[in-house]
Amino acid sequence: MLNIIVCIKQVPDPEHFDKISIDPRTGSIRREGIPSITNPLDRNAIEEALRKREKFGGMVTVLTMGPPQARKSIEDALAMGADKGLILCDAAFAGADTLSTARVLSVGIRSLGDFNLILCGNETVDGATGHVAAQLAEFLDIPHVTFARRIDVVDEKTVMVERNIENGYLKVEVKLPAVISVVKSINKYRLPTVMGIMEASEKEIIETGCSVCESFGLTESEIGFEGSPTKVLEVFESPQRRTVEMVKGNPEEIARKLVRRLHELEGL
Amino acid sequence: MKDVMVWIEQRDNRVMEVSLEMLQKATELAAVLGGNVSAVLIGNECRKLADEIIFYGASKVFLVEDPRLQLYQSDPYVRIAADVISEASPEIVLIGGTSIGMDIAPRVAARLRTGLTSHCVDLYIEKIEGKDQLIHIVPGWKGNMMIKIMCPECRPQMATVRPGVMEKGRSDSSRAGEIVSVIFDIIDDSFKAKTLEMVREGVEGRSLDDADIIVSGGYGFYSAGGFELVERLADVLNGEVAGTRPALDQGWIKEDRMIGQSGKTVKPILFVSIGASGAMHYTTGFSKSKVVVGIDRNPKAPIFDVADLGVVGNLEEIVPCLIEELKK
Repeated sequence: MLNIIVCIKQVPDPEHFDKISIDPRTGSIRREGIPSITNPLDRNAIEEALRKREKFGGMVTVLTMGPPQARKSIEDALAMGADKGLILCDAAFAGADTLSTARVLSVGIRSLGDFNLILCGNETVDGATGHVAAQLAEFLDIPHVTFARRIDVVDEKTVMVERNIENGYLKVEVKLPAVISVVKSINKYRLPTVMGIMEASEKEIIETGCSVCESFGLTESEIGFEGSPTKVLEVFESPQRRTVEMVKGNPEEIARKLVRRLHELEGL
Repeated sequence: MKDVMVWIEQRDNRVMEVSLEMLQKATELAAVLGGNVSAVLIGNECRKLADEIIFYGASKVFLVEDPRLQLYQSDPYVRIAADVISEASPEIVLIGGTSIGMDIAPRVAARLRTGLTSHCVDLYIEKIEGKDQLIHIVPGWKGNMMIKIMCPECRPQMATVRPGVMEKGRSDSSRAGEIVSVIFDIIDDSFKAKTLEMVREGVEGRSLDDADIIVSGGYGFYSAGGFELVERLADVLNGEVAGTRPALDQGWIKEDRMIGQSGKTVKPILFVSIGASGAMHYTTGFSKSKVVVGIDRNPKAPIFDVADLGVVGNLEEIVPCLIEELKK
């Protein structure tokens, strides 16, 4: 029996990143009208949790810290087959960097009681730092492994993990409870079925805010923007270093001109 | 303290190239701060590496050796690094962003309750309200969008940088430095995530790091049924094949050929990108190439914002013609 928690994040859809703009007045990012998705690697994490539950029994709880619309990601996860959801949503959580996020997530996890394993995607498509798994483990005082491409359960107390390194992997024996972040090659995630979507509406989603922090001794200065050691100073467009010269004509003409220009530019 | 410390990664008792790149950046930053460069090296019987680290810029190397630390062990490595950093109190800590660097850095930052940025493309000192602050520049989400970050209060200010993004300096064997052996009480029980072995997996072809010419393909090759055209073009140019994350996902390339923020950063003389729209996470991986060619069917593709020569067209027509022309 394995009690697994999966941390997920709702992110702007990368297909629409080209629509992100900077507000010239405030210098901040404008994301309006950009659709959101569940971070793809988090879906691999949910899939891994579901497979472990199928094999060993237990429960899969999904957890997210986000704005109200992040609920959709929890619902999608429940439709994939997760049992229960928890949303940490509060204006006070906004503006969090990875450290501040990991702190809040750790408190949310503690509010769920005992667990064997925490899974998450190795990095998000937006921030892409890959920090949260290791930082979460530090705040929970449990071991962590990142870049996991394979997880084999030995028993309720131990898993064997293969984690990617450049041109190879490390074989790591991990004592549970632990945090493991996964890479894409770990599995191919399932899509929610119609049945799954219907069943999801019957499942429990808990919504909580700052109050969970208070009950675990986390103060306002440790969460959200205030609790973030790193601060964004500015978002800017760096000057374009290259001006493109378009090569036109029919394919043969293009090929000729391209090769000539490459010789002239000393690319060849 | 005004020192800049580098966590040095060693594998098989060889210093990783990115750690040398970090030593160079540390040297530049320390010069502005008026401090020194220090390093922390953890491993087994790796004392001889300390000289190289000194030649590349460190004035002081904190050395921790134990047979049990031969391979990366997250628990003791994190504790040791955090302890050495706490004691030495550097202003800045730099860690090379390999998959292991990205494993240790965030946990050390959390342990020290300090700020960490990753995938920095630039790092420099700026005086803000009378205080020297490390400015971290990281890529945004599109085009040339960049984000300027700082860690105003917490110390040390920590940053990771991907391999190949920054330059290493030159080795100066006349440099002298101090090697400080630090003894830690390592309890076997503390290896809760225990690395049992490191397994190498075969790598084919030349490393992209040494390639003068790289031909990179993206999802656009789906209609062509695969990467054959990329391989043929690379072949006629005597260059190397690379690709985007979608190309990796399709199985057309292996991990070591993936270009981008979470993949490789390359600096060839010629980089030809075909059938990839040019998302920021990809283009940041080849921005330092001498000449960039972009070929895509979409005239609005962001690849044309970062190319010197651009072609809009059907790659299944363009690439074969290019191959023919090059054969002449």
